[in-house]
Amino acid sequence: MSHILRIENLHVAVDGKAILRGVNLEMKFGETHAMMGPNGSGKSTLGLAIAGHPNYVITEGTITLDGEDITAWEADQRARAGIFMAFQRPVAIPGVKTADFLRHAATNVRRPDRKEGEDLIPMRDFRKELKAKMSQLKIDTEFARRYVNDGFSGGEMKRAEILTMAMLSPKFSILDETDSGLDADAVKLASASIAEIGRDKMGLLIITHHDKLLEHNPPQFTHVMLGGRIVETGGAELARELHDHGYERIRKTYPDAEAANQEMLAKEEAVVV
Amino acid sequence: MSTDIASSESIGEINKYDFRTESKAFFKARKGVDAEIVNQISEMKNEPEWMRTYRLKALEIFNSKPMPSWGGAIDINFQDIYYYLKPTDKQGKTWDEVPQEIKDTFDKLGIPEAEKKFLSGVKAQFESEVVYGSLKQDLADQGVIFTDTDSAIRDYPDLVREYFGTIIPSTDNKFAALNSAVWSGGSFIYVPKGVKIEFPLQAYFRINAENMGQFERTLIIVDEGASVHYVEGCTAPMYTSESLHSAVVEIICKRGSRCRYTTIQNWANNIYNLVTKRAVAYADATMEWVDGNLGSKLTMKYPAVYMLEPGARGEILSIAFASKGQHQDAGAKLVHCAPHTTGQIISKSISKGGGRSSYRGLVKVEKGAKKSKCNVVCDALILDSKSRSDTYPYIEILEQDVSVGHEASVSRIGEEQMFYLMSRGLSNAEASTMIVNGFIEPLVKELPMEYAVEMNRLIQLQMEGSVG
Repeated sequence: MSHILRIENLHVAVDGKAILRGVNLEMKFGETHAMMGPNGSGKSTLGLAIAGHPNYVITEGTITLDGEDITAWEADQRARAGIFMAFQRPVAIPGVKTADFLRHAATNVRRPDRKEGEDLIPMRDFRKELKAKMSQLKIDTEFARRYVNDGFSGGEMKRAEILTMAMLSPKFSILDETDSGLDADAVKLASASIAEIGRDKMGLLIITHHDKLLEHNPPQFTHVMLGGRIVETGGAELARELHDHGYERIRKTYPDAEAANQEMLAKEEAVVV
Repeated sequence: MSTDIASSESIGEINKYDFRTESKAFFKARKGVDAEIVNQISEMKNEPEWMRTYRLKALEIFNSKPMPSWGGAIDINFQDIYYYLKPTDKQGKTWDEVPQEIKDTFDKLGIPEAEKKFLSGVKAQFESEVVYGSLKQDLADQGVIFTDTDSAIRDYPDLVREYFGTIIPSTDNKFAALNSAVWSGGSFIYVPKGVKIEFPLQAYFRINAENMGQFERTLIIVDEGASVHYVEGCTAPMYTSESLHSAVVEIICKRGSRCRYTTIQNWANNIYNLVTKRAVAYADATMEWVDGNLGSKLTMKYPAVYMLEPGARGEILSIAFASKGQHQDAGAKLVHCAPHTTGQIISKSISKGGGRSSYRGLVKVEKGAKKSKCNVVCDALILDSKSRSDTYPYIEILEQDVSVGHEASVSRIGEEQMFYLMSRGLSNAEASTMIVNGFIEPLVKELPMEYAVEMNRLIQLQMEGSVG
């Protein structure tokens, strides 16, 4: 399989404020990319813009998937085309059982052309598959009957996101700080799960501050974002350097981007997702 | 129980309830309401004199009472409505005895099929009269009575006379007075001491003719230690002019008994649905109203439980869905008249496409009703900026030693919830339907499975029906 996700000169604004200022990125199916950078540099914004969040307005540039321009597509079209994002803080949908939600989502993503609402994956097949995936990810089967993200602990939410990723098997997956707010054991479990589900089976864009996730999922490419741009790209060694020494060198080397970053932070703390 | 959301059935085409049956009336009174019409109805029914007098007195009360000054806007020309239409000369004991076109109507609505599968008994009312009735033989053998109220007056005159109008007198409100004057049909149920009816008894109310008013009268007596679940469904085709459904439902739950009354109301959007429903619960009895309002132009309905003796319990679960051109003024009323009584109201309302839903509720704790507990939760979900939701909670507490709680929330459908679901491949419509179904799930899971499926299907119809 060869799929390519290409981001060209992407500019994104939220509430009229510019966040991304010309991001270029190319990912191939099977590759693992790490996206690093200090707070407020625009990492999550990039993820949400790729996933199609309506509040993240693309003011310039394009996103193409296998040559098709998906810049103007709605989030559901993108999901059906194979784009997935595991959220840092997924919202709860009270009253909707996780299993029902996943059955609808998986059916739509796998057979995007059928008439909506019809011909869901047969219940028996779906349950079997879900059960297998849950046991692979060491998730209690009771989970399926709980309401989507409702009252979940931080660890449960992240694992639910990984389970969703496993059920939807996207072409490209963006993992937004899937390790944040977890204790060491939970990070280990999440990292191993991502490796098992995602490695070589999709393109992974891992947004992270930490190195644990990357230990299990060594990136071929590490990107550093600052002030809404990717200022440097390297291999796994760059991720290690940033982890060991922080962003001091980056901030000094790219004073313009650093200024933009400070300006964004000052303007709107709340924009940082 | 699995109630699959955004059900896989195909129902997009037309509203399956919006069809008309060409049916020749056996007898149709002229339009309007006056003493002559009331006398005519009474004569047609061959009623005892006390009932005719009762009706005429109620007519006077109706004429003397002003229209309610609160609730929704009611624009009815009472003289432009047919008050009595008898569709056939006799009631069927089997569906084969019901005129073909009427039987076809109920076939389309799925009643005979449901009867075979999971019901203890059925009453089907078409316009003013019950045209079909059944009750499982073993229940009849135990002394259970399930008949239409007209037949009950003939067959059980003492029992009916003892309770009729005692819970909701004609003077209660203008529409209860109107019902008392022109009532026809409805269910009469008596469950003898200790008899527990396992499967629901169901009544189905169908208005078919244009400008037809329906005024059924239901009386349920659950004797000591007995239990029953009664379910009613209501539909009508869409006409250009408005019509009126105004029922009165009285329930007596004797000591230690249990009654659940479930309504799934899906009237056409030009029907005024102005209904008075009230129950009394004696010691350790439990009365539950499960009230689903999806149709009608305006619904004003506040099922009530008066807890008269210690240990009585009243629960009201209410779902209202107001779409374009609809006003659901629904709610509940709990009156604690004795110590150690427990009440609960859970109300969920949804407004969409310019619809308006109101929760109007009263909790009253009388002096002396010590150690009573009552809890009210009302949640409203508004799907767009054109729609509206209001809450009118009234609380009157005349006793100190009680515990009363009230929580209310209003939320707009969340952008983040929509994006989350859409980012998993659900379309905008699927995502909002899923959020709405999730919102009412705490109530739907209380319904027997067949009705839960029906409720989810109706919600989906509402979601599809009024786009824009």
